[in-house]
Amino acid sequence: MTGAAPLLSMEFLMATGIGVVSATGIWLLLRGRSFAVVLGMSLLGYAVNVFIFTMGRLWRDAAPILSDGSRLLTDPLPQALALTAIVIGFATTGFLIELALRSNADNGTDHVDGAEPGAPGVPGQAPDDAPPGGAR
Amino acid sequence: MSLASQLPVLPVLLPAVTAIALLLLGDHEGSGHGHRRLRWARALALASTALGGVIALLLALQADTGALTVYRLGDWPAPFGIVLVVDRLAAMMLVLGAAVALPVLLYASGGWDAHGRYFHALFQFQLMGLNGAFLTGDLFNLFVFFEVLLISSYVLMLHGGGPLRLRVGLHYVLLNLLASALFLVGAALVYGITGTLNFADLALRAPQVAPADARLLQAAALLLLVVFGFKASLAPLSLWLPATYAASSAPVAALFAIMTKVGVYAILRVHGVTLPGSAALVLLPLALLTCTVGVLGALAAGTLQRLVAWLTVASVGTILAAVGLFGPAAWSAALFYMVNSTLVVAGLFLLAELVAAQRGDVGGLLQPAPAVAQPALLGLLLLLAAASMAGLPPLPGFIGKVMLLQAAWGHAWAVPVWGVVLAVGFCTLVGLARAGSLLFWQVQHEGTTAAAGASGRLLVATVSLLAASVALAAAAAPLAAYTDAAARQLADTAAYARAVLPELGGERAVSTEPYTGRRPVAALPPASAPAAAASSASGATR
Repeated sequence: MTGAAPLLSMEFLMATGIGVVSATGIWLLLRGRSFAVVLGMSLLGYAVNVFIFTMGRLWRDAAPILSDGSRLLTDPLPQALALTAIVIGFATTGFLIELALRSNADNGTDHVDGAEPGAPGVPGQAPDDAPPGGAR
Repeated sequence: MSLASQLPVLPVLLPAVTAIALLLLGDHEGSGHGHRRLRWARALALASTALGGVIALLLALQADTGALTVYRLGDWPAPFGIVLVVDRLAAMMLVLGAAVALPVLLYASGGWDAHGRYFHALFQFQLMGLNGAFLTGDLFNLFVFFEVLLISSYVLMLHGGGPLRLRVGLHYVLLNLLASALFLVGAALVYGITGTLNFADLALRAPQVAPADARLLQAAALLLLVVFGFKASLAPLSLWLPATYAASSAPVAALFAIMTKVGVYAILRVHGVTLPGSAALVLLPLALLTCTVGVLGALAAGTLQRLVAWLTVASVGTILAAVGLFGPAAWSAALFYMVNSTLVVAGLFLLAELVAAQRGDVGGLLQPAPAVAQPALLGLLLLLAAASMAGLPPLPGFIGKVMLLQAAWGHAWAVPVWGVVLAVGFCTLVGLARAGSLLFWQVQHEGTTAAAGASGRLLVATVSLLAASVALAAAAAPLAAYTDAAARQLADTAAYARAVLPELGGERAVSTEPYTGRRPVAALPPASAPAAAASSASGATR
């Protein structure tokens, strides 16, 4: 990896990696089934986390956090940001899975629209189903 | 360490602590003492929200002296540490949030909170996210507080359950997760280019970015505009809102009226002053489009809830049109109109359900039905709300629109702005008049009116929101003076930088830049010791 290797530089590999994972995530997001959509959302989240990480630039031979002052330091802030994003992404993915399961159980289908495509009776503007408790 | 110096962090801490206490108190379901627990939860949540309102008012009084209060968490100096900044705008948003939250919580205590689990705890978490988003002084914490308010909003939106809510809720959650991913990409890009996320520092760094990177920064700013525009329901990203708000339970939809304003606030903060000019070309046309789409949707709406939801879109469009005129006078109009429209929209969501509940099985459908039990009261309330929403004098909606039209005078887009704003006001009136005449005049007399009148608590909550709008008309001059000052203060980025970055030289701050990994050859400019120590400790070397 010493001389000029422009095509297979670390930056190129990271960029294509992020691009491929994002593209896969977006493709899955556009599926109609909630399982594929959840997977797509997770993949997109991974790509975004790596993207945040690379915004601190890519370093080799640099200390991650502490050094004696003679060596280069990597940028610690994107690592912290990525960590925060991972935690939040984990929580939201968990919630999304639970929501997809509930939707599957209540609507009897795992289609994201809550009904099989072409099935009759997709409620368009159904009125609110639950009257308020204290309104009487 | 007096309490007064800790005041800026309390709007975030108080709901957080209350929410945890409410979680510990437990849920009303599955226990023999359910009802007593629910009453305790209601009392605690109402007391905490009222106290939050008092704190917000104190902060607004403090901000109205012109002071910019900067609260440093952990006493790390900005831009290396996290800051909360209270200026007039942030304080005003806090007060507005509390003014919506308190009546809505009162309304929810009338029965809705028993329809699902942990309503009050989630409500407090939502308030925490809202307040934090208004107070934070940097882009990444804006993301974090967005997530806090969104995650609680996901569950609140599903409150009450049912297949329709689940279906719409899944869409709402997925779209917001996607927006959050874009937010992270935008924020990371901004950091990668400028080396900072602090608003004050960012405003200083952005003009100094190398020309090659300036376009990338512009792309990042527009990515953020997509995210904030999605939250604010800026067209063409507004189509999710009517379905979501109409499907939510009434108190949740009313609380969400303030959530679109978070998007407006973020656009004002980020695209208005921090990265000025980055949204100049697109914001105004899209805002006018939002107005048009919203009011057309309102005219075509099949239920009262959808009508109100589309009017929310139209009102956000009006506010964003004022923001998109980019100038203190227009921003003042935006803030004035925002205060009024948020209160009226929240009141309308509550009113819509009161009306729907008294119409039996027909609910909010806009078709003839048996008469409601309280036609005079509800009809008058709807008339009042419609007049304020459409902008009829002397209600504050009129004053806000006049301020907007005056600010647009002489602008290159003056004719479209005048045309759209006036047409939207007219169509709003037509839409609400159609709904009102259908609801209250085209009555089927053969039907039995089994429904009783609304309970006192629900009425008090609804009336207080709509009465606040009338009170604003009486207090229009002080409020307009406040919004004028808030807009001027917002535009004064130098004063903001002096307040947030005093150690680094205020508006001439030499602080961060894209990270190079090298130790500073010379330390920071002759700044005070804590700043230098902090910069090396946090590794943000130059």
